[in-house]
Amino acid sequence: MQKLLNWVDERLPVVDAWNKHLAKYYAPKNFNFWYFFGSLAMLVLVNQLVTGIWLTMSYNPSGEGAFASVEYIMRDVEWGWLLRYLHSTGASAFFVVVYLHMFRGLMYGSYQKPRELIWIFGMLIYLVLMAEAFMGYLLPWGQMSYWGAQVIVNLFGAIPVIGEDLSLWIRGDYLISGITLNRFFALHVVALPIVLLALVVLHILALHEVGSNNPDGIDIKKNKDENGIPKDGIPFHPYYSVHDLLGVAVFFFIFFIVVFFFPEMGGLFLEKPNFEPANNLKTPAHIAPVWYFTPFYAMLRAVTVDLFGLDAKFWGVVVMGGAIAILFVLPWLDRSPVRSIRYKGWLSKIALVIFAISFVVLGYLGIVPATEGRTTVAQILTALYFLYFILMPFYTRMEKTKPVPERVTG
Amino acid sequence: MRKLIFGLFIAFLPALGLAAGAAVPLDDMTPDHTNKESLQRGAALFTNYCMGCHSMEYARYKRVSDDLEIPAALYEENLIFTGAKIGELMKNSMNKDMAAGWFGAPPPDLTLETRLRGESWVYSYLRGFYKDDTRPLGVNNVVFDLVGMPHVMVDLQGLCAVKPNIGVDPSVEPLSGNINNGDVCPEYAIEGSMSGAEFDQAMWDLTNFMSYMGDPVKVERERLGIFVLIFVAIFFVFAYLLNREYWKDVH
Repeated sequence: MQKLLNWVDERLPVVDAWNKHLAKYYAPKNFNFWYFFGSLAMLVLVNQLVTGIWLTMSYNPSGEGAFASVEYIMRDVEWGWLLRYLHSTGASAFFVVVYLHMFRGLMYGSYQKPRELIWIFGMLIYLVLMAEAFMGYLLPWGQMSYWGAQVIVNLFGAIPVIGEDLSLWIRGDYLISGITLNRFFALHVVALPIVLLALVVLHILALHEVGSNNPDGIDIKKNKDENGIPKDGIPFHPYYSVHDLLGVAVFFFIFFIVVFFFPEMGGLFLEKPNFEPANNLKTPAHIAPVWYFTPFYAMLRAVTVDLFGLDAKFWGVVVMGGAIAILFVLPWLDRSPVRSIRYKGWLSKIALVIFAISFVVLGYLGIVPATEGRTTVAQILTALYFLYFILMPFYTRMEKTKPVPERVTG
Repeated sequence: MRKLIFGLFIAFLPALGLAAGAAVPLDDMTPDHTNKESLQRGAALFTNYCMGCHSMEYARYKRVSDDLEIPAALYEENLIFTGAKIGELMKNSMNKDMAAGWFGAPPPDLTLETRLRGESWVYSYLRGFYKDDTRPLGVNNVVFDLVGMPHVMVDLQGLCAVKPNIGVDPSVEPLSGNINNGDVCPEYAIEGSMSGAEFDQAMWDLTNFMSYMGDPVKVERERLGIFVLIFVAIFFVFAYLLNREYWKDVH
């Protein structure tokens, strides 16, 4: 065994890679609850890839056969129902863990220098994940798949001059059709997963280059012992690999409760209108995207005024795009001398709480039908969402921060 | 540790709740897929009264025969009218284009109807027909106004002369406050062969069968789910002990 390893290692740096990324990758010893979600995101990604490959074996990406083939998977394919529910629940679980992972970054300033690139790769992952989820949702070819895609693709039509041609180009047809379904299938199962995997590799390589942040936001590399090992660091493997197993067990427990007992999650993970085949002559009374898109959907609907001779819908798209785009520049908006929320001032703490509440409530407003009152609330919350970022350079500099300790505080 | 479990729990919390609110009041129906007798009666009713127009084209006869413990020979003899083999999909012979001419829209496939509309809706709808001479087929439905479907089970239920009491406490008459016999229909224009209670039971069986057809693996899924959760729980114990052993070194 050792001889085989040596043989390989002389030709490929496997031992070196193992040490660099696992056995001698020193992570801060004070990771808390919020640090489970990175590895859980990897777990869900693997789940999506494996179940996805097996679903592809029985799925038929055509307008005539797609809906029936999903039911064929649910009924006639051995364990097909389990593969499908693992995949559909996994999609929602992916966003749950990614949102919590991103919130961790916001709390502990994990995007600050020198981790700007990690944050940007992470944001690109989020962007690709949204495209992946959107295209995957068309594949069951139910009513909500169809009309959801219709609404989202039509958003591109709001762009002046090129909009109509752009949405035509995306659809490949004058309305969502089997042609759209086929290209979304290709992108969903081949193109986007490749991009996603490449970005995950970059995200982790960049992380391992500069090292992990921690709840105190302290640079553990400043305090090294005589062997050059950070005093507050512990090897990722075995300490965090066994630690993450705990998170995996708890995550799986909740995940499997959903998969085996509530796979529709009351219509949130699998929307009820999607149990009816797509019909381009019958528009559902209420079209709502899946829950993980609803904060942005609520922002889109919150914009109701025409401006500079351009339609409100266009400005809604701008706001929606801006809400995601502004996250990319976050590392340069935070001017605080400290990273972690633990040592930031009251203004930052209040701002983060308001931001989180706005995002969650916008998510709720995006699910329910719009009323006049709800639109007003959505407008206020959209403004608060943006103010968190726009005012960040000011409140992070103005406020009085607490002194950061020399060593991590557990 | 408590924080971890709690945190993961709240992470999923927003996904709870949020059932789509129905505009019309409905009678509650909670299906029981373990009640094989009910499912068998429902299968007989569906085949005899519904399948002439409504297919269940995503499901196979064989699966129903196996799951409901109806012997294949008996099933083929009494519950397949189209000459199909027992392994085939449950289609019917109605021409969809012609049906659209007869009813305004072709009768929808019902394999997933309970997952689309919910069991309570189907149960209420089936008992919601009443006499309405302004409609082309002479009937309307309290749950589905201006419905295009005829009252197929008129020989069983009879025809209700007034709007049936759907979504109200069946024991109390809403206007007079009198206790009635639990019949959704206070007054019949045509008498049927079943009593009100018998018809309710029949429609409960039919809805139960449709619910099973929408989600045939439910019983097996929930049975397996228990074992999976027990396995994960045991795995957690070992993961916890392993983690504690390793982290003894970390100060």
